Amino acid sequence: MPAVVSARGLVKKYGDLVAVDHIDLQIEKGEVFGFLGPNGAGKSTTMHIIQGTSPLTAGRLEVLGMDITARAKEVKALIGVAPQENNLDPDFTVLRNLTSYARYFSIPPAQAKKRALELLDMMQLTEKKDTEIEQLSGGMKRRLIMARALINDPQLLILDEPTTGLDPQARHLIWEKIRDLQKRGTTIILATHYMDEAEQLCDRLVIMEKGKFLLEGTPRALIEEQVGSCVMEVIDPPGQGIEDYLATTGGQVERSADRIYLYSRQCQVIQSEFRGRFPDVYSTVRPSTLEDVYLKLTGRRLRD
Amino acid sequence: MSLISNIDRGAIYVWRRNADVFFKTWKTNFLPSILEPLLYLVAMGAGLGSLVMNLQYAGQEIEYIRFLAPGLVAISIMYGGFFECTYGSFVRMHYQKTFDAIVATPVSIEDVIAGEILWGATKSFVNSTIVLLVIIVLGVTFIPQVLFTAPTMLLIPAISFLGGIMFSSIAMIFTGLVPNMDSFNYPFYLLVTPMFLFGGTFFPTTSLGVIEPVAYALPLTHTSVLMRDLSFGTVGWMDLWATLYIVVLTVVTFLLAIVIMKKRLVK
Repeated sequence: MPAVVSARGLVKKYGDLVAVDHIDLQIEKGEVFGFLGPNGAGKSTTMHIIQGTSPLTAGRLEVLGMDITARAKEVKALIGVAPQENNLDPDFTVLRNLTSYARYFSIPPAQAKKRALELLDMMQLTEKKDTEIEQLSGGMKRRLIMARALINDPQLLILDEPTTGLDPQARHLIWEKIRDLQKRGTTIILATHYMDEAEQLCDRLVIMEKGKFLLEGTPRALIEEQVGSCVMEVIDPPGQGIEDYLATTGGQVERSADRIYLYSRQCQVIQSEFRGRFPDVYSTVRPSTLEDVYLKLTGRRLRD
Repeated sequence: MSLISNIDRGAIYVWRRNADVFFKTWKTNFLPSILEPLLYLVAMGAGLGSLVMNLQYAGQEIEYIRFLAPGLVAISIMYGGFFECTYGSFVRMHYQKTFDAIVATPVSIEDVIAGEILWGATKSFVNSTIVLLVIIVLGVTFIPQVLFTAPTMLLIPAISFLGGIMFSSIAMIFTGLVPNMDSFNYPFYLLVTPMFLFGGTFFPTTSLGVIEPVAYALPLTHTSVLMRDLSFGTVGWMDLWATLYIVVLTVVTFLLAIVIMKKRLVK
């Protein structure tokens, strides 16, 4: 079976700025594939190229077995897109947003309405079907955008930060739907800033920076390889030489303003020795997460 | 040409979207088109017109209000498309992000632009047809001077759609170029208002004397020539040239609008 997305040497330039810099990518059917990275890393650009709305500068890209440049209309008929930005149609009600969107896919009106009502039910928006868009809360808008992305029953679903700004309930609803869709064989591409989201949902992910992939792999493998299984966090009282001491324990040491992070595979052992030596210094041990990998890789400074 | 081959039924879907929105609020949309010609015909035609003596058009003396009425039809063609494809399209493109949402479907960017222009032309057609109906009703009832009976009048709706494509395409070129919505003041004050005043609408272009040829560079002048001759039934060579001018400018500006808007929209 051919890959759902197959990219070779993908490049996107805006004048002198290289937004996507020679990336290779292979996404298989049924995968949830994550794009992580700081703002401006090239995640959204890459997704726009894959969804056929942004032409590539160089390289070769096939989506669902079709060349994106030559057959953009056919590709777009088979994919669903939930953009980062709210671009629901403010001139229509909730239901009309879905049925008018269905028309762009040449879905007959009766079928469109049936599908739209099913999707509103799925996203728990049935009560709001006759509401104008501007009366919806932020969370409802995101759910409606997700419903709209599913109107053509897509084989590939592209979600750009689908849960940004949502409350925990709405987030979990979206996560649940993503898992359901995956079970039914839909391939999903997901860009997110939430590491827990990526860790929970993604089979595989890449961390992007400056248009390149820094890392690629499964969440668990990336955590193991990059930071080990656990982290000891220490609140650093100045002038006690704690950072120097920790550096001798064999783990990797990182620091932010007032915290030191020690990535290791034997945090418990190190912590008990540490407590013997610095009994008054606060320290805690926790399993390492994707967030640790991400921050280690892209740094703890603010990006923009 | 790939610009044109990328246009298919998607353009109709874009047109349908705008038509759906228009008919949602049709009552408020139709009202200005009915009131405007009434106001102009009474104020300019009956009021100002009573001061106008010996107006000559096509070698004949005619009453001012009779001269004015077809000019109002031409003006409504221009404004219908021009407003829609400047302010209307800009809001959908920039503020509502409607175009971004649409191009994520099998509808292409070219479809969106073509659909918007077709919709602008439809607004020209709808507005000018309403103006024409108002004139007909007034002609039959209170103002017999504006009763036009030439069979060539039946061509007016078709020509107004064609002229609508032209004005919408010109407008769309500006939409592709302006940095923000306030900048539409430039095309409106430098192009649309001069056409409104000098495009053979309120007085014959012959009154312009030596600068009359300048008026013939303006698209509205040719539109008013056609509207007047089709209303009066005085069709001649002039109208063939006017039609040719409109056809050529429509094709050129339509293609240019697609190129310029594509440049703006493609990310």
